[in-house]
Amino acid sequence: MQVKYNDFVIRFANVNGSGSASANGMFAKALFRMGIPVATRNIFPSNIQGLPTWFEVRVSEQGYLGRREGVDIMVAMNAETLVEDVASVSPGGYLLYDNSKPLAKTLRRDDVNEIGIPIATMMLPEFADPKQRSLFKNITYLGALAGLLNIEFDVITGMVATQYKGKDALIAPNIHALELGRNYALQYLQAPLPLQVRRSDAVGDRIMMDGNDAAGLGAVYGGATVCAWYPITPSTSVAESFENHANRLRVDETSGKKKFAIIQVEDELAAIGVVIGAAWNGARAFTATSGPGISLMSEFLGLAYFAEIPAVVWDIQRSGPSTGMPTRTQQGDLIGAAYASHGDTKHPLLFPATPKECFDFATAALDLADRAQTPILVMSDLELGMNDNLSEPLQWDDAVRYDRGKVLDSEALENSEVFGRYLDVDGDGIGYRTLPGTHPDKGAFFTRGTSRDEFAAYTESPEAYERNMQRLELKWQTIRGLVPAAEIDDQKRRVGVLFFGTTALPMPEALDLLHADGIALDSCRVRAFPFGAEVEAFVQEHDLIFVVEQNRDAQMRTLLINELQTAPAKLVPVLYYAGLSISADTIHQQINEYFTANKLSRISEVQS
Amino acid sequence: MTFVAKPKVHHPNLPLNELGLTRRDYEGSVSTLCAGCGHDSVSAAIVQACAELSLPPHRFAKVSGIGCSSKTPSYFLNKSHGFNSVHGRMPSVMTGANLANRELLGIGVSGDGDSASIGLGQFAHIVRRRINMLYLVDNNGTYGLTKGQFSATNDKGSTSKKGAPNLYEPIDLVSMALQIGATFVARSFSGDKTQLVPLIKAALKHKGMAFIDVISPCVAFNNHNGSTKSYEFVREHTQELVNADLIMTHPEVTVDYAEGSREDVSMPDGSTLRLHKLDADYDAHDRVGALNYVQRSQEQGEVVTGLLYVDPDPVECHDIMDTVDQPLNELNEAQLCPGSAALADINASYR
Ligand SMILES: Cc1ncc(C[n+]2csc(CCOP(=O)(O)OP(=O)(O)O)c2C)c(N)n1
Ligand code: SF4
Ligand SMILES: [Mg+2]
Repeated sequence: MQVKYNDFVIRFANVNGSGSASANGMFAKALFRMGIPVATRNIFPSNIQGLPTWFEVRVSEQGYLGRREGVDIMVAMNAETLVEDVASVSPGGYLLYDNSKPLAKTLRRDDVNEIGIPIATMMLPEFADPKQRSLFKNITYLGALAGLLNIEFDVITGMVATQYKGKDALIAPNIHALELGRNYALQYLQAPLPLQVRRSDAVGDRIMMDGNDAAGLGAVYGGATVCAWYPITPSTSVAESFENHANRLRVDETSGKKKFAIIQVEDELAAIGVVIGAAWNGARAFTATSGPGISLMSEFLGLAYFAEIPAVVWDIQRSGPSTGMPTRTQQGDLIGAAYASHGDTKHPLLFPATPKECFDFATAALDLADRAQTPILVMSDLELGMNDNLSEPLQWDDAVRYDRGKVLDSEALENSEVFGRYLDVDGDGIGYRTLPGTHPDKGAFFTRGTSRDEFAAYTESPEAYERNMQRLELKWQTIRGLVPAAEIDDQKRRVGVLFFGTTALPMPEALDLLHADGIALDSCRVRAFPFGAEVEAFVQEHDLIFVVEQNRDAQMRTLLINELQTAPAKLVPVLYYAGLSISADTIHQQINEYFTANKLSRISEVQS
Repeated sequence: MTFVAKPKVHHPNLPLNELGLTRRDYEGSVSTLCAGCGHDSVSAAIVQACAELSLPPHRFAKVSGIGCSSKTPSYFLNKSHGFNSVHGRMPSVMTGANLANRELLGIGVSGDGDSASIGLGQFAHIVRRRINMLYLVDNNGTYGLTKGQFSATNDKGSTSKKGAPNLYEPIDLVSMALQIGATFVARSFSGDKTQLVPLIKAALKHKGMAFIDVISPCVAFNNHNGSTKSYEFVREHTQELVNADLIMTHPEVTVDYAEGSREDVSMPDGSTLRLHKLDADYDAHDRVGALNYVQRSQEQGEVVTGLLYVDPDPVECHDIMDTVDQPLNELNEAQLCPGSAALADINASYR
């Protein structure tokens, strides 16, 4: 028997609200604890109970974390989606199903290995309570998988013990259900399968975390003291994470009082209003939302741009337009966020790709907002925000100080001759601000969304208006040098690929697949907008660049054309926007086809 | 290093307050509103109230939305920072400002368009949150700045300058504030400084949100016959109900009101809020009763003014949230950042 280790995609088909999430999560965590790289994806409906939901785990010894097409093992626990679930199994793959009821003849496939386990029947004599029966079904298939795939059993039982610590009465029945499944597999099935797992050291010291959790924790580390938010999937857990971590890490030891304020407000207009009010008054503040919220926040974002007030907004993107597919991922808010609001308005964007980067960018965004006195939008997405994924461990350098930007305190004001809020003293387009209540006579000014002069006095003077707009443009140029730089791999090839955010996840695998086809590409992972000089150089120095993104209209490509005056012909869009995250196969296929169609030379000729 | 306020060059005849400052030290820049606009009287009342209370003129956060009314924070307290934000959203900006620094005195100025139309949601929700501030609406029943359209507080049947009647039901912010749980609700008239100034003083000393709906006529667009927000109409139909007076711990000349019954409420800072009730049976601590009274009077075409409801034991948002006493915007890295040691444990919990 030829055994394949640590390399497969397993998909669980369940009914939303049936308690499967915990069993599925334990499955992924068990492999992770065996040192095997895993990437998880929740494919769930906009529904609380009853609709179909899928959970996919990519298991990859090589460490590929992006989505791969094809399902090697389908755990089909939802009768309603059985037809499509059976159809989605790759030839040679496995279908695990509950054969308490036999599989309909029409569903049988010659090229798929059936693994029937009579789970429902097995539950009947074991658990009297029907609710328990349905819950322990999930644990039972997890036990069966342990037998089938050779998962170290004590890793799973250990997890049950920690998960139900304090609720000890639940431990024994859970372990019993696990054993039921495992024993069935070992006794009645050909277990283990030729597809197995085995302990590895490929995980290293990495952690498993979702991006929203990391973002909320990052905001605690980054010194955010005010968070205002309005619930919207997939962003809600950013605020929840901030609150959870802050409740632990940000409580004054002597008084027991909170060193932060979090408020669930009436809508996204209020959320951004609170953030702007707090930041105007010197607190580090943020909100988290998704596309519909960004639309509502637009007027306020323009105010903050023009009146030059720091603000941090996390946009956990989902499929638009409008309510779109609210529980599916996308990178579709780029243009909407970059130019949110009327008039000549533009905002810096950050593009995190991993939970660690969510953590790091939480502080980076707060620093940048204070430094540049403008709103910063962090563009995550559902894929990164809501799925547990492998990440480098989080790091914090205790020597680093927050960058609070140019703020004059009372002493500085006392020593300064003139104070003009919008005077460009340093020539970088960024003025000095003061906080309310600082000094009895000096530094008070009026913040407004109307035109004003360097001393914050209202004016409709054409010259003053133009000067101000030009200074804001100069500031934009300054920001290009302040944002996180792109990660570039430049081997002086003529063709490159540019990507950002979660499009980075499948990229190592896509590049390997392309390489095997004789296509070697330089790569540029953009981490921020406006584009730094390094991105401009990358774009200039390559004849052809594939721009990989998850939206229909090639929005990143548009930003490149718009901001860098790049010739459109040299930017080839590689797009996927159907609701799942982009896969390595999609990228590979589109680029490969382009090479073929345009008769571009492959490796041997390209290399000089 | 601490700094004290330096008085402006003094007008020899102006009285000094406890900080050695005169009313001039509380003024703002010159108003650009129409001559006779009620809003200017409201600004003047704010100046007087703050000066009389000897409050440090730079320790305010002035926030407004958009409208003629929302321009007024420029016209008082120019030693304090002001923020003219976007239309109808003063409450959220003020919420943020207050969360960032609980020590500053918040004055939010809004208009009836700003608060009762585009910003009605924000108005309702800031009341619920009990942000510690003075929320003042310059209510003229019209959109002054966009030239005289009806606002949502305009009474049904009240006419426009051209004579067209308003066909829709009015929104009464006082009733709404009472219903949603405001702890200090007052109505006054820009033309009645005697009533308004003490009300503002009491409001500034109130813990939590103090709401004052000030009827403030728009001389350009809503001061004609047929309008129920004109100087003349308001003067004729006002019924003073409970006048307030703030008595500091030391003796102070208080306004003399007509006969009625008197009640003293102690304020958190040791001062006394004296209520002069013109209807002896009125209970200014009965929310439902107040709501009834206001609605009944409105039905009869009367405008009741004064401190209509006050909770003698109010709470504010920071109490509800249980935040530290020190302003959040003063906390430093050492107080805010859990540091790398804590992160090692956190990493371990994700393995
Ligand atoms: C989003 C938005 N819509 C419309 C306007 C135009 N606008 C400016 S002021 C105003 C009405 C102001 O009325 P009110 O709040 O009663 O203030 P007043 O001028 O009467 O004091 C309107 C509609 C705006 N500034 N912003
Ligand atoms: S238009 Fe009306 S509200 Fe505006 S300044 Fe003139 S009088 Fe006042
Ligand atoms: Mg008005």
